[in-house]
Amino acid sequence: MAELLQLLTPEGERRHDDEIDVQVSGEELRGLFRDMVLVRRFDTEAHALQRQGELGLWPPLLGQEAAQVGAGRALNPDDFVFPTYREHGVAWCRGVDPVRLLALFRGVTHGGYDPAEYNFALPTIVIGDQTLHAVGYAMGVQRDGAEAAVMSFFGDGASSQGDVNEAFVWAAVHDAPVVFFCQNNQWAISQPLSRQTRIPLYRRAEGFGFPGIRVDGNDVLAVLAVTRWALARARAGHGPSLIEAFTYRMGAHTTSDDPTRYRVEEELEQWRLKDPIERVRAYLLRSGAADAAFVTGLEQEADALAQRLRKECRALPDPPPQEMFTHIYAEPHALVTAESAWWEEYLGDD
Amino acid sequence: MTELLTLAGALNRALADAMQEDGTVLMMGEDVGRLGGVFRVTDGLHATFGDARVIDTPLSESGIIGTAIGLAMRGFRPVCEIQFDGFVFPAVDQITTQLAKHHFRSDGRTRLPITIRIPFGGGIGAVEHHSESIEAYFTHTAGLRVVTPSHARDGYQMLRQAIDCDDPVIFLEPKRRYWDKAEVGPVSEGLFQARIVRAGTDATLLCYGPMVRTCLEAAGVADEEDQVSLEVIDLRSLSPLDLDTIFDSVRRTGHCVVVHEAPVFAGLGAELAARVQQECFFDLEAPVLRVGAPHAPYPPSKLERFYLPDVNRILDAVDTVRGM
Repeated sequence: MAELLQLLTPEGERRHDDEIDVQVSGEELRGLFRDMVLVRRFDTEAHALQRQGELGLWPPLLGQEAAQVGAGRALNPDDFVFPTYREHGVAWCRGVDPVRLLALFRGVTHGGYDPAEYNFALPTIVIGDQTLHAVGYAMGVQRDGAEAAVMSFFGDGASSQGDVNEAFVWAAVHDAPVVFFCQNNQWAISQPLSRQTRIPLYRRAEGFGFPGIRVDGNDVLAVLAVTRWALARARAGHGPSLIEAFTYRMGAHTTSDDPTRYRVEEELEQWRLKDPIERVRAYLLRSGAADAAFVTGLEQEADALAQRLRKECRALPDPPPQEMFTHIYAEPHALVTAESAWWEEYLGDD
Repeated sequence: MTELLTLAGALNRALADAMQEDGTVLMMGEDVGRLGGVFRVTDGLHATFGDARVIDTPLSESGIIGTAIGLAMRGFRPVCEIQFDGFVFPAVDQITTQLAKHHFRSDGRTRLPITIRIPFGGGIGAVEHHSESIEAYFTHTAGLRVVTPSHARDGYQMLRQAIDCDDPVIFLEPKRRYWDKAEVGPVSEGLFQARIVRAGTDATLLCYGPMVRTCLEAAGVADEEDQVSLEVIDLRSLSPLDLDTIFDSVRRTGHCVVVHEAPVFAGLGAELAARVQQECFFDLEAPVLRVGAPHAPYPPSKLERFYLPDVNRILDAVDTVRGM
């Protein structure tokens, strides 16, 4: 296999691989395209909502749509996912309404949805912590004898964290059914990949004793193919694997970041030519799997989604003050009970 | 029915019984399987319950807690052992940023019933990082519960209750008391209740874990040599605190001394002193005093007898609060 698995070139040319490939129908291809277009529109709208003061912060996924939709659509309902805070596209594929993600960044909750309902954990904001949770969950799947896989997302920056490396060790020695999905978007806030590693990230897997594969992260078909392969391997009891989705963070780290301070415009120009959505649009139209009317209809659907999200985001109610005492513990705790009562009385005096 | 057991033996019995009764209870940690743990608290569990339920983990404390969180999300009830107090720090990120906060983060949807057993405290002649009093790091963190038994009888019951609790529990085991024997049988208190272990009238000693025995010895000496009657309260739970039991006692005695092995500065004694002075101000005849370690790292073992509170230092503090 080539050093970088690619099944759809930036120009929209279909390639094939002897080991890892995928057959997709026209309907599936249109579905992947639709996912990416809607996710990008959702992300753009969230960015605008932040700029207008409706969200406190937003971490854009711009440029990573193929990596997230390809991975997200490879999952079975029974598989369980541990995301970072940038996995809006994976959340979409798991059926989490985007408004639930906006709620977190609006500051009305630290969570916003039931992980058990979507088999999609709440994001951990401390970088890399979730990789260990994924391995533990996978050890639980082993003990249950279930045929499911667990997938943990993380980024190139997280690859330097101790917890991520511990997760690799634990997964390897327990043969845990877990897929480590690294979106290498080249930047950890202001730090380039060269600050995190001297070798390609996928090659680290070998040192831990499991396979690592680098895939064109802007190629939704290649990501879908390699993730299906890795998940099937995990479900069949062959243990963990590492996928490095080679992609690019086209936007800022978050809306509080200013990438013009640390990277050059030429780099973005290069990556704009590798856009994950444009190559699918070209392939769809050229192969006849979709026509211009489909694309236009999708744009209208995207605008309608954006309008709904804007409306529902602005309507999200602030939580009542007592909410900060409600779920600290599962069982009563004397101090929390006392402080909650004090606050209630204090605030009631206003 | 009661039985004479060491604290280590009682904890072992509690683990075995909990695992027998509930198939979701797992034991995980470094050397807890074939070896039975460095203090043998998990002795025999691996032979009884096998690899899947008694997990000899990689040497990775953050990994122990991080994977326990994932296992709990999957429906298991992990009991983690951190081999020594000073080795918990690599896991403190997972404990404080993830374990403690997850129920809150999930708006109460996800419970993480994990018990973290940690041998703590000094007095065993150990090398560095094997004698620490780490309780205040965890009592300061909302979302955690922190308890410590002082003897075998509480050890059995409190560990069973901790495992049954749906919240994360930091279970601190006073390692220098592991070999003390006591009759193990039913205990009437709940997990978060303090206990008056010796009734008295002249001053209240607040203590927990390894210092309970030391305070009882001090109370015995005070009674015999000076006819001073000390009331000794074993806090048992450090978060939450059973403040009613404490306040009732101090209101009666009018004097209070807090005793712990941990450094005094910003330790749990500061919280206790502040609350006692706020609630019992007009019943107190003197300021609350604290007896503990200086603001110094735990010293080489040849010095620990100077560093740790002993009967004399406790009785000096009692004399001071009583104006003697």
